[in-house]
Amino acid sequence: MSHQQIDQFAHRLDKGVRDSVLGGSAAGTEKRRQVLFGDLPNADSLRALAGRIKQHTLEHLDRYLEAAEERLIDNGAKVHFAWDAASACQQVETLLRERGVRQVTKSKTMVSEEIELNRHLAEKGFDLVETDLGEFIVQLDGDHPSHVVKPIIHKNRSQIAKTFERCGLGDYNDDPETITRRAREYMRRKYLSAEASITGANFVSAESGRLCIVTNEGNSRFGLAGARVHIALVGIEKLVPDDRSLSLMLNLLGRSATGQNLTVYTEFIRGPRQPEAISGPEEMHVIFVNAGRTETLASDCREILRCIRCGACMNVCPVYRQSSGHAYRSVYPGPLGAVLSPLLAGSARFAEFADLPKASSLCGACNEVCPVDIPIPDLLLRLRDRAHREHAPAAFDDAPNLKPWAMLAKSPAAWRMSLRAANMLNIVPLGFLPFGPLGRWTSQRTLPSWRGGRYRQWAAERKKQKNNPS
Amino acid sequence: MMTCLCDAFFDDVARATHEVLESLGIEVIVPESQTCCGQPAFNGGDWASARQVIRHTLNVFQGDCPIIVPSGSCAAMSFHGALLAHEKETDLPQVQAFGARTWEICDFLRNGLGIESWEGRLDARVAIHSSCHSRGTGTPEAIRTLVGSIAGVTLLDFTQPEQCCGFGGTFSVTFPHISGSMGRLKIDSVRATHPDLLVSGDMSCLMHLNGLAEKQGSPLPVKHAIQVLRDARVTPVTVQ
Repeated sequence: MSHQQIDQFAHRLDKGVRDSVLGGSAAGTEKRRQVLFGDLPNADSLRALAGRIKQHTLEHLDRYLEAAEERLIDNGAKVHFAWDAASACQQVETLLRERGVRQVTKSKTMVSEEIELNRHLAEKGFDLVETDLGEFIVQLDGDHPSHVVKPIIHKNRSQIAKTFERCGLGDYNDDPETITRRAREYMRRKYLSAEASITGANFVSAESGRLCIVTNEGNSRFGLAGARVHIALVGIEKLVPDDRSLSLMLNLLGRSATGQNLTVYTEFIRGPRQPEAISGPEEMHVIFVNAGRTETLASDCREILRCIRCGACMNVCPVYRQSSGHAYRSVYPGPLGAVLSPLLAGSARFAEFADLPKASSLCGACNEVCPVDIPIPDLLLRLRDRAHREHAPAAFDDAPNLKPWAMLAKSPAAWRMSLRAANMLNIVPLGFLPFGPLGRWTSQRTLPSWRGGRYRQWAAERKKQKNNPS
Repeated sequence: MMTCLCDAFFDDVARATHEVLESLGIEVIVPESQTCCGQPAFNGGDWASARQVIRHTLNVFQGDCPIIVPSGSCAAMSFHGALLAHEKETDLPQVQAFGARTWEICDFLRNGLGIESWEGRLDARVAIHSSCHSRGTGTPEAIRTLVGSIAGVTLLDFTQPEQCCGFGGTFSVTFPHISGSMGRLKIDSVRATHPDLLVSGDMSCLMHLNGLAEKQGSPLPVKHAIQVLRDARVTPVTVQ
């Protein structure tokens, strides 16, 4: 039996990385709390309402998806559907190729990470640049984001300065303003030369077809200002029923994600450039991506599809803070990833990620901060049950077998006897038992003295005493 | 319900629960056949085993008396976890009825019996660790109110109170490195307030935290909230 991969990853994690992640996520949690509850004292009821709206949308996803498609077509956009990652990448490639596009800008989209779009387009000879600063740095490093909102939470500025130096963006300089200015100068040229821009969407209103995109750097607007073609990659769960719901979602998203009342830029895009507009892409394509979502929707963990990718759950998660996002071996880390990654992997690859739901003390802090009130611990538990039923080996690493305990717990006489017998634990030198769960307990903790059955004895005495008061 | 941890290690916590309830004129019944609430298997993902244990517990605690538990975690298992484990089972209604009768002891004193303050005296600086499984229940506020109302008690606020201590049942042995690191962070934030006592509604958290602290060579002065309440009432205690 091998050890749990996430625990091993955390154990080997570079101290600098751990400090960055721990500090960054703790600061995020604190800022969220101050801003969210400072502005909206009834935030908890708003979270519950937002959760119900998203859940309702999921329960009627067929209807809302059709409505969104119709509105978008009415607005002049083209709508495409991609069943899986390969199809989504292929559709993007075809759209670009048919229009003779080679240079592309892309603002932050997690679904593009899922389908590994960058790798696909690079292999096919396209020149794509990430325009979100964090994602740009990840791209330069050939790295992966370790957080859904702060992709480089695991890096410090000296590492970034080295990357810039290595990539010819100037001499070593770790001043954040210099780093940002250099990235801006580099990207301005890209914005001007790119013919197409790829975005995600934070929300899509089924009522109007409006895509809502939020950024803090304005990079998505810049990308679209310079491009002829706009391609939006949208997970099918991004829908909300109407424009009115957007106000609630936006009020919760910025505050939960970064402790901002609103992100710096909030764009609403309902279609391609209108005749009277002076700029904007002539063509708009929306690709609705499934990639495992319908299977997730059919499961007993569909609530996870409510997620609006704010990252509050990973910020507050003590396991994420200790292990960092890369420990989760998937696009989505933290409590969100521990639920979503095994599900998006589909039944064929579920076992590969079956250890992720185990990486939680089930403390419930994630549920407490979730802007759409996803019962994450319940979903983790359902996935543990599934991993157990499907005998997924990864879920059993280092996990004590609880069958003998269960046998004992339903046989009261045997239970009482072993309580007394286990008194011998006091005699055995536990430090010499390096194997098994007890060894892993005592390797860093003491065990209290065994007092099995003492309360039972006392209660029995007390009962006698009460029955025969002398 | 005495809990398996009190049955094995912390008999005085079960006894304090018993004594406090009796001192309030309540008759305490201790079913001999009780064992465990089923949480270890439930959290471990072995729901089939967990359901067997839950059904045994259901049998042992038949009737309509309130079921009092000196643990926020075992209480939450009874009114939440057990329901989840039985969500597709035909005996779900019985599990729901059982859950509806189950109370964590301090929640019961404060919100069941309506007790708002506690007599007695304890001259001590007290840090309270709210166990994670009592999130969203009446327990955290009940412990703060009752322990905080004891004459002489000063409640301390440590940083990042929402962070888990790292116990998490089998998590503590399946993820030993992460669990240990989490616990040491919690110990640091608690110690920074220089408490005379660290109090919680769950012995599991305290066993883990004190186990880590003892291994480091300086034990934490820990007590279950119900021990604090009993001790304050019976004889005034001064903690050094």
